Amino acid sequence: MDLSSINPALLVASIMISATPILLAAIGEMVVEKSGVLNLGVEGMMITGAVVGFAVAVTFTSPLLGFAAAALAAAALSLSFAVLTQYLLSNQVATGLGLTLVGLGLSSLIGKPYEGMKAVTLPKLDIPILSDLPILGTMLFRHDIMVYVSLLLVALVWAFLKYTRAGLILRAVGESHDSAHALGYKVVRVRVLAILFGGACAGLGGAYLSLVRVPQWTEGMTAGAGWIALAIVVFASWRAGRVMIGAYLFGGVTVLQLNLQAAGAAVPVALLSASPYLITILVLVTISARGVHGAPASLGRPFHASS
Amino acid sequence: MKRRTLLTTTAAATAMALSFGSAALAEAEVTAGFIYIGPPGDGGWTYEHDQARQKMEAHFDGKVKTVYQENVPESADAERAITQMALSGADIIFTTSFGYMDPTNAVAAKFPNVKFEHATGYKREHPNVTTYSARFYEGRAIQGHIAGKMTKTNKIGYIASIPIPEVIRGINSAYIHAKRVNPDVEFSIVWLYTWFDPAKEADAARALIENGADVVLQHTDSTAPQAAAQEAGGVITFGQASDMYDYAPMPRVSSIIDDWAPYYIERVQAVIDGTWESQDTWDGIGKGMVGIGEITDAVPADVKAEALAMKDALASGEYHAFTGPINKADGTAWLAEGETASDGDLLGMNFYVEGITAEVPN
Repeated sequence: MDLSSINPALLVASIMISATPILLAAIGEMVVEKSGVLNLGVEGMMITGAVVGFAVAVTFTSPLLGFAAAALAAAALSLSFAVLTQYLLSNQVATGLGLTLVGLGLSSLIGKPYEGMKAVTLPKLDIPILSDLPILGTMLFRHDIMVYVSLLLVALVWAFLKYTRAGLILRAVGESHDSAHALGYKVVRVRVLAILFGGACAGLGGAYLSLVRVPQWTEGMTAGAGWIALAIVVFASWRAGRVMIGAYLFGGVTVLQLNLQAAGAAVPVALLSASPYLITILVLVTISARGVHGAPASLGRPFHASS
Repeated sequence: MKRRTLLTTTAAATAMALSFGSAALAEAEVTAGFIYIGPPGDGGWTYEHDQARQKMEAHFDGKVKTVYQENVPESADAERAITQMALSGADIIFTTSFGYMDPTNAVAAKFPNVKFEHATGYKREHPNVTTYSARFYEGRAIQGHIAGKMTKTNKIGYIASIPIPEVIRGINSAYIHAKRVNPDVEFSIVWLYTWFDPAKEADAARALIENGADVVLQHTDSTAPQAAAQEAGGVITFGQASDMYDYAPMPRVSSIIDDWAPYYIERVQAVIDGTWESQDTWDGIGKGMVGIGEITDAVPADVKAEALAMKDALASGEYHAFTGPINKADGTAWLAEGETASDGDLLGMNFYVEGITAEVPN
């Protein structure tokens, strides 16, 4: 076994690209769950973002416009979830699953004319000085803008939840919607806004897949990334920093197993291929075994002011 | 969660009417069904089957209706999809992925009057099952030659899909011919366990390129590895199953093109004539089932000439892609000097040839 062909700097760079879609989707879903709503439609919103982002980017030859459209489209899709669960009080699990199915079907319909087209992808940034650093430059400072946006978003979400009054209200709504309501906070409004934010983030994650990571549109291209994002939120026990660790760990294992194969590591290939999923399950089991989950107390419970 | 909508080029109602055999209502004499592993828009394997379907339909000019179902997983879903198609009145059904082998035979037992054609498999358990495939390894030989000549890092990356003889044959054929022109060449093989997953294919291509490969061969269906190679720059690739000419002249320098149309036309004609029989077809460059896409100017003229000469020799049968001396990876002799591989050996190939250091996954 000769692993010397693996270049650590390039490996880290690849991991960052591979982790960004799930990081974006997961950080959005975390905010949604923090407000006490379980939206299982991440996969559907992601793939909608992927196709709309691709279509708009190709039509207007502007990847940034594509990302904006992806966020809007996925947020619009999540609005249907918000209306159903927050105003019509439908079951969140069932509605979320429905959202995934709708997203998958809708995306292949929208995407038909765009199959086989080439994407206009985001340019890699060339940051003065930093990009030219040996090793670190390649590793961290030669990515496209969305990689940094995703990291910035994690920091902002963390600061928002920890230090701002609005963040406190959002957490209060997620922990005990009755108390928050008694204090005069608009529970439903907070939750709808959180759902929209989660949708927009999932859309960005999807667009990152179709515009940067692959980059092209193919039906069903998210291939379960939305479900991984959901698992990562639990894995992170609803903390922004840990969401990032989870996403990078998952992206890391995915890329690492391909690199190990390419370098000819003498490990059974089937095991390597399954390793990202095995590790996710393993970590989830470990966390559950500890007993402290950190789940928002009102997660998944419907709220109506009359109750 | 794949869609399992039955997409038809004609109204589903027409197909239903046909199934009741009401000849007065039906304009088409024959309905041909197709089961696809991916979407026709994959730009590769399924795309070519779908193109052939359309050509076949056009050839018969209204006498033949076609129906197809895309994104059918190689699982219990396949059996349901094939059954559904047989029930809805298809006279002949083409199942176009290796993993449909057992489902095809299982459904064939239940519908003795429907003809089944399974691509790339070897099981014909019933008189109404035929198998067909193309000698893709002939195209792989040409790819290997160009790859061996053009690599500067002497590292060739290979994105492999599922460890079946078909894929292993391709790897061996490419390796033998790369090695022959470049003794220093090394193969890095990455198995993805899927035929179609653009994100994974792109990641795999990047991993191979980052590990020093400057040639990436793929046995998966999408154009994602081409896009990744283009982004990396200085890497060459080959179109797989389809021409993938959008990526020419670089990274795509040539391609293996599957041309199924003549075969589909011949087989459907046999159904119309009532002469259809179970058989096994395995055609290569000679019969036109395997096409070699234009070799671009990125390839030096002398290498291109050699590649084209090899193509002609393969087509005429004067040269066989597996000609001895060839040893197996474990060092045991396989083919003696001048001996060529039998079809039986090729169909069951489950070993690498000498020089490939990896192990064949189980």
